[in-house]
Amino acid sequence: MLELKNICFSAEGKQILKDISLVIEDAKFIVITGPNGGGKSTLAKIIAGIEKPDSGQILLDGEDITNRGITERARAGISFAFQQPVRFKGVTVKDLITLASGKDLSTAAACDYLSEVGLCAKDYIDREVNASLSGGELKRIEIASVMARKTKLTLFDEPEAGIDLWSFQNLINVFEKMHDEIQASILIISHQERILNIADQVVVISGGQISQTGTKEEVLPGLFGIETGCRFFQGGAE
Amino acid sequence: MLNDIIKSLLAEVSGIQDIPLTGAFNIRSNGQSEGRNSTENIQIVPKENGSGIDIYIKPGTKDESVHIPALITEAGVHDLVYNDFHVGEGADVTIVAGCGIHNCGNEESLHEGIHRFFVGKDAKIKYIEKHIGEGDGNGKRIINPQTHIEAEENSYVEMDTVQLKGVDSTKRVSSAKLAAGATLVIKEKIMTHGDQYAETSFDVDLDGKGSSAKLISRSVARDSSRQLFRSKLAGNTECYGHSECDAIIMDDGVVAAEPEIIANNVEATLIHEAAIGKIAGDQLVKLMTLGLTEKEAEAQIINGFLK
Repeated sequence: MLELKNICFSAEGKQILKDISLVIEDAKFIVITGPNGGGKSTLAKIIAGIEKPDSGQILLDGEDITNRGITERARAGISFAFQQPVRFKGVTVKDLITLASGKDLSTAAACDYLSEVGLCAKDYIDREVNASLSGGELKRIEIASVMARKTKLTLFDEPEAGIDLWSFQNLINVFEKMHDEIQASILIISHQERILNIADQVVVISGGQISQTGTKEEVLPGLFGIETGCRFFQGGAE
Repeated sequence: MLNDIIKSLLAEVSGIQDIPLTGAFNIRSNGQSEGRNSTENIQIVPKENGSGIDIYIKPGTKDESVHIPALITEAGVHDLVYNDFHVGEGADVTIVAGCGIHNCGNEESLHEGIHRFFVGKDAKIKYIEKHIGEGDGNGKRIINPQTHIEAEENSYVEMDTVQLKGVDSTKRVSSAKLAAGATLVIKEKIMTHGDQYAETSFDVDLDGKGSSAKLISRSVARDSSRQLFRSKLAGNTECYGHSECDAIIMDDGVVAAEPEIIANNVEATLIHEAAIGKIAGDQLVKLMTLGLTEKEAEAQIINGFLK
């Protein structure tokens, strides 16, 4: 269980997150949504240890991890799929998936993860994770790499961005499989209605605060019940 | 019989464990030949003045290789050698050169290998050159290789050159003249540390119509080491040239790139790319989110970059 207590964060004199408190129960599917610039990505980075909160506490299974670094949190069971995947010259897709898995991985096992995200394994396994890959390909490799970690909590920052050629249903299947196979908690930042629809809990962050939280039945009508169809769906990166 | 130090260097530089029983080779140790063998298709002939060897590869020779490693295990040796490769038309061979210096003394050890390649029409060569230095003496380990290539019509030359450790100073000079349809690909990988200095100089003339050259240098400068990358690509006709210098600097490392591209003909297409900088922070962060420490992440990034 991950517990955020009164998290505050500011950057360049601007308060980004204001007193965020949130509990992520084990094996739950949480979707965080809300307008761009509301602080969603920052919150994910704070959970992964990439940003450090000004105040507040983060507990993982009751243990205070607030002052732990990125590596320690990763080893404690937190994975993070970046919104904009990082490129590496010389590091191959297999290298990345092997590093993610934390053990020697056979080519066949690495290929299985690629197949899960809809990439033809033999075409990609030996390619470098560099600028020769499209944004959508990188995104899927990013998802495959966090799948290989099999951790108890995985954060996805806008996983749908750039995967338009691959069906949403496949992406959702990936999340559901992760959830079912390892009873993992999955926290997704998303604007996508279809992803919101599979959430056990929806959290709306706006202006650096949690403006609403509850089941999808409780929260979604308020989000999608207005004329534009989706109050927050504006696309683009945060 | 080769001693253990020479065997170890030999394995590092050329991938062979001992004096081979077959194939074409010339093993040079402390300025002397330790073993030489010619084959029906590849003749290795010492120059009359003793300054080096001529390697004659018969036209049409396929799937053969020649190894000519040079090794220095004594301090104070200044080894200068001239090796000329005459590659016959239509041949397709691999040439493995390279130099290893093991210096445990206080005097400097220096190897200067000057290699000329005369590559016939339609011939294809892969030239692999690896340089290493080792030994715990205070004497400097210096390797200054020169590679001069004349590539005839429709020939293909690929040169892979690697220097990843132990060489205190190197000046690497490569030049090429390409005839019509000839292709040159040079891939260089260098890592310097401590107070080492590495200098690379490429000078390529694209003289023939449809010739092309690709020069790729990837390097890492650690500690207070310094590197200088110079490349000069001259497009003298309809041709394509691309040079690329990609460097990671760490600690107090310094890398300078001085690219020069000269289009002497309106049909010449020439490109240079250079990128020098520290390891990107987001690369470290990404690997740390996979459970690697910062040091482990750094090592993975460098290993991949120089792979």
